[in-house]
Amino acid sequence: MSRAEAVIQASGLVKRYGQVEAVRGIDLAVGHGEIFGFLGPNGAGKSTTISILCTLLTPSAGSAKVAGIDVVQDPARVRQRIGLVFQDPSLDDVLTGRENLEFHAWLYGVPTSERRKRIDEMLALLQLTDRARSQVRTYSGGMKRRLEIARGMLHQPQILFLDEPTLGLDPQTRQSIWTHLNELRDTKGITIFMTTHYMDEAEYCDRIAIIDRGKIVALGTPDELKAMVGGDVVTITSSKSDDAAAEIERLLGVTPVRDNGSLRMEVPDAKVFVPRLVRDLTAPVDTVTLRRPSLDDVFLKLTGHAIRDEEAGTKDQMRAMASRWMGRRR
Amino acid sequence: MTATATASATTTFAPADTRMASLRAIYIIWYRDILRYWRDRWRLVASLAQPLLFLIVFGSGLGSALGRGTVFGAAGGFSYIQFVFPGIVGMAILFSAIFGAMSIVWDREFGFLKEVLVAPIDRSAVAIGKALGSTTQAMIQGLILLVLAPLVGVKLSFLTIAEVIPLAALLAFGLSSFGVALASMMKSLQGFQVVMNFLMMPMFFLSGALFPLTNLPGWMTVLTRLDPASYGIDPLRRVVLSDSGRPSALVERFGLTINGQVLPIPLEAGIVLAFGAVMLGIAVVMFQRRD
Repeated sequence: MSRAEAVIQASGLVKRYGQVEAVRGIDLAVGHGEIFGFLGPNGAGKSTTISILCTLLTPSAGSAKVAGIDVVQDPARVRQRIGLVFQDPSLDDVLTGRENLEFHAWLYGVPTSERRKRIDEMLALLQLTDRARSQVRTYSGGMKRRLEIARGMLHQPQILFLDEPTLGLDPQTRQSIWTHLNELRDTKGITIFMTTHYMDEAEYCDRIAIIDRGKIVALGTPDELKAMVGGDVVTITSSKSDDAAAEIERLLGVTPVRDNGSLRMEVPDAKVFVPRLVRDLTAPVDTVTLRRPSLDDVFLKLTGHAIRDEEAGTKDQMRAMASRWMGRRR
Repeated sequence: MTATATASATTTFAPADTRMASLRAIYIIWYRDILRYWRDRWRLVASLAQPLLFLIVFGSGLGSALGRGTVFGAAGGFSYIQFVFPGIVGMAILFSAIFGAMSIVWDREFGFLKEVLVAPIDRSAVAIGKALGSTTQAMIQGLILLVLAPLVGVKLSFLTIAEVIPLAALLAFGLSSFGVALASMMKSLQGFQVVMNFLMMPMFFLSGALFPLTNLPGWMTVLTRLDPASYGIDPLRRVVLSDSGRPSALVERFGLTINGQVLPIPLEAGIVLAFGAVMLGIAVVMFQRRD
């Protein structure tokens, strides 16, 4: 993509907190209409980077342009053009869904003549119309997220930023949030920039940047990234595994690895390899398992460690505690 | 669609609109507070329970102990419950103003403040809107208590009520601004207890709400004159008790003095207004700092 097309463009972003470098030189360019995912474990620098792009933090070094505007020089104009969905809930739960949207429309100077129309449209798009007059405290976690997305879209931003939009939601709700995001991209033509530490979610993105310890370690489409693992993983079992191993090496030119009585091999393309394997082998093949490499494999290969979920677990717990607190308070 | 096409569809502000945008933001932040106040009617009732308790317990209990031989014992004078009544109105204003303003700390803790702070508005609007919202609530809380006047034998004419309203609003404004300034410096709920015990309670006790600020030990006289709430509660009392048909000298006897001179009400009002303005200024500066 040429630089001119990019709606988000960052070069050499650095953020230091005292001696600690949370972000250590990030370059990226996101094109118009893309769904761009920022994938990495907690503490990798995802939230810091997204906060810089949203003008909530100033970078220690480097520069970034969002919607063609410098985030350091003119944060107010950037904010007018972006929608934000924060990692932590930021709704007023004593107000109704509609009131939360009205509040936002006022703050962002949506013209009075347009306000009602846009609110109705967003409520309908995110399927909240019939609950719009209920107080937000009666909403489920997924509904609150949808309301926040609706709110982020009210002032017709060019780019929607979402920080861990599906954190703490159940898989079904996460799925529906994704359906809504895709719909927004298709109908409104906006660019979506999001962070996540869920590997399976990153697959929905057009392109992904994998970030670890403050740096981008890989950037590409999910398929491109998976191709970095070196192909598919094929595992067979055979009652005569010695013969099978010898034949595979002789006929197919692949050296299988013995693993718990089965034979495992990495091949460029399992779709082509498996039919040949079944056709050519004279030794009996009892089972064949093939696995496409996942982004987990990619992350493991690139960083040497797996994305762990325990940290998120604690965070979810804290979130639950916070909401209990709120329930008691009000 | 190209990026430029989208940009033109986006609402943009001309610089001339900035003042209008700030006013609009102040209004919507104020409106949200009022909406929440109205929706949370239990809080409204609960927050009236405390002043009521004070009025009954202090008014009746302490009142009967403060009989003959005290300033409240004289024939034709004011009873203690009549004296304390405007003080309790002031107390309701003091507590709801500071608590209301400090709800910003809750907003910060539970995320909503973020939605406001990232909006393309001048942040001073946040401080001002919040101070005005909490002023309105506190004023209503105080004025509601005036319906109890007949029960404690205090007469109120419409004219007097018309005089009480701006004074109540002023006290509410001074203390709300104080609350917003405090909240702007607090990053979490932890400081809340400290503010409660070391600022609000002393402010209340030293304000002259419960006892006349005359013939006190020297150190205490100084502290009561340093308490901004004293300058708000004293005019409330003098106006509320002015309809009783008793000689005005009796009312003036409770009046706040400096060097033996009773302060004129406009001066007291000016002091409260100035205090509120300074506090609001501090809050605005604190809010404009970018985290």
